[in-house]
Amino acid sequence: MLTTVYALLFYVAAVVLVGGVAYRVWQYAKTPVPLKIPTTPAPLTRGGVVMRLVREVVLFESLFKANKWTWLFGWVFHAALLLVLIRHLRYFTEPVWGWVAAMQPFGFYAGFAMVAGLLGLWARRIFVPRVRYISAPSDHLMLALLVGIGVSGLAMSYVARTDIVAVKAFCLGLIYFDWQPMPADPVLLVHLGLVALLMIIFPVSKLLHAPGLFFAPSRNQADDPRERRYAPPLRTPARSAR
Amino acid sequence: MVELKIRAPVQPKEHPDPSEIPTLEPGAMADSKPYSASEEHQTAIGFPGELVDDWKERAIAKLGELVSTSRGLRVYLDTCVKCGACTDKCHYFLGTADPNNMPVARQDLLRKVYRRYFTFAGKYFPWLVGAEDLTEEVLDEWYSYFHQCSQCRRCSVYCPYGIDTAEVSMAAREIMDSIGKGQKYCNEIIGKVHKYGNNLGLQEKAHRATLEDLEEDIEDETGVTVRLPLDEKGADILLVTPSADFFAEPHIDGLIGYAKVFHQAGASWTMSSYASEAANFGMFIGSHENMHELALRIRKAAEDLQVKRIIFGECGHAWRAAYNFLNTLAGPFDFLDQNYPIPQHICEYTYDLIEKGELTFDKSQNDHIRLTFHDSCNVSRASRMGDEPGGQFDIPRAILRATCNHFYDMPADTIREATFCCGGGGGLLTDELMDLRKKGAQPRMRALQDVADEHGVTHMAAICAICKTQFAKVMPDYGFDMDSVVSVHQMVSNAIVLDGQITDDDDDDEEKAEAPGNGMDAAEEQA
Ligand code: HEM
Ligand code: SF4
Ligand code: SF4
Ligand code: SF4
Repeated sequence: MLTTVYALLFYVAAVVLVGGVAYRVWQYAKTPVPLKIPTTPAPLTRGGVVMRLVREVVLFESLFKANKWTWLFGWVFHAALLLVLIRHLRYFTEPVWGWVAAMQPFGFYAGFAMVAGLLGLWARRIFVPRVRYISAPSDHLMLALLVGIGVSGLAMSYVARTDIVAVKAFCLGLIYFDWQPMPADPVLLVHLGLVALLMIIFPVSKLLHAPGLFFAPSRNQADDPRERRYAPPLRTPARSAR
Repeated sequence: MVELKIRAPVQPKEHPDPSEIPTLEPGAMADSKPYSASEEHQTAIGFPGELVDDWKERAIAKLGELVSTSRGLRVYLDTCVKCGACTDKCHYFLGTADPNNMPVARQDLLRKVYRRYFTFAGKYFPWLVGAEDLTEEVLDEWYSYFHQCSQCRRCSVYCPYGIDTAEVSMAAREIMDSIGKGQKYCNEIIGKVHKYGNNLGLQEKAHRATLEDLEEDIEDETGVTVRLPLDEKGADILLVTPSADFFAEPHIDGLIGYAKVFHQAGASWTMSSYASEAANFGMFIGSHENMHELALRIRKAAEDLQVKRIIFGECGHAWRAAYNFLNTLAGPFDFLDQNYPIPQHICEYTYDLIEKGELTFDKSQNDHIRLTFHDSCNVSRASRMGDEPGGQFDIPRAILRATCNHFYDMPADTIREATFCCGGGGGLLTDELMDLRKKGAQPRMRALQDVADEHGVTHMAAICAICKTQFAKVMPDYGFDMDSVVSVHQMVSNAIVLDGQITDDDDDDEEKAEAPGNGMDAAEEQA
């Protein structure tokens, strides 16, 4: 019963996540960009634009210019999240890929860093009046959700250890459509339940910032309007030209 | 010796920080609103004359149309994570303390409606994500706060996703125009350009007379015949400049500067009475239709006059519209000489001549001026000059350094890409918004105070017609003379040495006779 519920939940979550994000990306891609609007100074070439985006994704360059505390907490959270995700690959690979195995020790600390970064961001949201003013309930709940995932995960590693071998069997079972029993550990149920929820809300929430960044014309356009005529169909042509 | 007094031992002072963050005062600017466009102004540029009965449905439909035809808008409305990085970046927030002037809060005024009608979360869980129905109150908020954004893009520099509140403001204004809730200042002006070719409604005869007067003034002052040609078919260069250059101070001194540069370069140039305006207020109201119409005037003028090049005078948003949009809206310009940038900025033109050593300057003519430079935001964050990113910062400075002995930059976090708007851009340069304009100028004025105290700076050069007018108006409130704002090409005009010019010795102009020589200057510098 439990196994069936969680197995189905993850199938649904995976479909919503992949299908939803794919739909949004397709929607962004097909929406026209009527004019050149890069925020300048901007790179003059496509290659330069790729570097600009890489700096935004890897270093959070603009955020660094804007606010050092938000940058610190945000960057630590995201970097740690990446390590944690990599560490989780060991549940889905058999045998575990070499580089995933090599990353395990870092993933070990990353869980704490991730929660610390999230708590820092949450503290700003609560204590800085400007940030509190712009926060909706969903902004707090999103942080609560991620902290919940992080804390339940850490709890299974350090407080109430879970049967990792059984978890891995369950995860691999999902991938190969050969269901294995889900361990009935309450902390694990909470952890996996929250993860499924995160996957489901991803395409309908602000988590769209991850794909969105790549589609922002202010960042992804090259500054070359004089060198190469930019000529999409006009959005609303002048009356005299219709 | 006025100069001595100004430069006397500089007192170290406590400067208020230009970026100082105020305590939030919700609603502080809720009553700030521009005058509404009259029926006549609205219909003249293709909008309903008054608020239509089914305005709500039409506004929502228009929003839907805009998000599906503008990727930027859609992505910006979706991706904001409410990180708060932009909250302290807007000069209107810093100056007014009204939290709705924080860029993300301004976007949220539109975003909450977008979410309500166009997103899953907002349709089914509005309270969770702060989605709201479009009501009369919301429309009032839009009208107020989307007219407290000068579309300067400072917020966009700092947002981790480049979310550009200027785009959001333009969209909101376009929606309001489409339901009959337009703003008088912009819409009246756009109507004038359609009719007369410029923002002022200046007609050809008056235009010509003004230029002739200026020619006389230049000849009286320099003894050289410098022409300001109008509608001269077959000239090489068409100069398109903001119409404020024809009558306002200090703009007009900039125009004289362009004319002297063209004269000295031996260039064949002309202005056009048909396209006698560089500004494109269609951009401020987000109306691509009107933007296109205004851009086409410039193309037609260039074709009719059979010119080979187009050069733009000093104007911030006009340069954005020209540099980024002209080619898209009115191109391709294959009938122009492809060896020159299309379009070119007057600063690029002058700078090239300086680089080639073709202009001679007597910098001492500007020794009564200790100068700083205001980077106009539309030039800084929405365009470029020259071949390198950031040329828009370096080229005007190079011109100023070539023409003036005393140049000092304002604090680094208030210039170049971080520049603070003058407070009057984006279609807000109207008297009923004076309170907003004064408050919005505060960060820039504090930065200026900083160099005035530190380096005895007396003047600030600007490169935008709106900035110049705005500064001339608000500077007295901050303890500066209204004529302490100067045009970049005014500095050029002061210092340029024309062939055959009457020299200082036989010049009876008091101001120049009083200017101290270089030796004295150096002594003071060391003191
Ligand atoms: C391309 C990948 C991504 C990039 C470049 C990116 C970048 C950013 C940046 C710059 C911020 C703002 C600073 C901050 O508040 O931390 C942010 C916020 C956030 N990101 Fe990401 N992110 C990415 C992927 C993700 C993913 C996969 C998740 C979640 C599972 C996520 C969750 C969040 C959350 C919850 C916030 C808001 C934090 C708050 O409330 O302050 N991000 N992201
Ligand atoms: S574009 Fe400029 S005026 Fe508008 S919100 Fe951003 S910083 Fe403020
Ligand atoms: S900086 Fe960008 S993402 Fe952050 S709150 Fe402002 S608009 Fe939203
Ligand atoms: S008026 Fe000047 S400073 Fe203000 S928005 Fe325009 S260019 Fe920027």
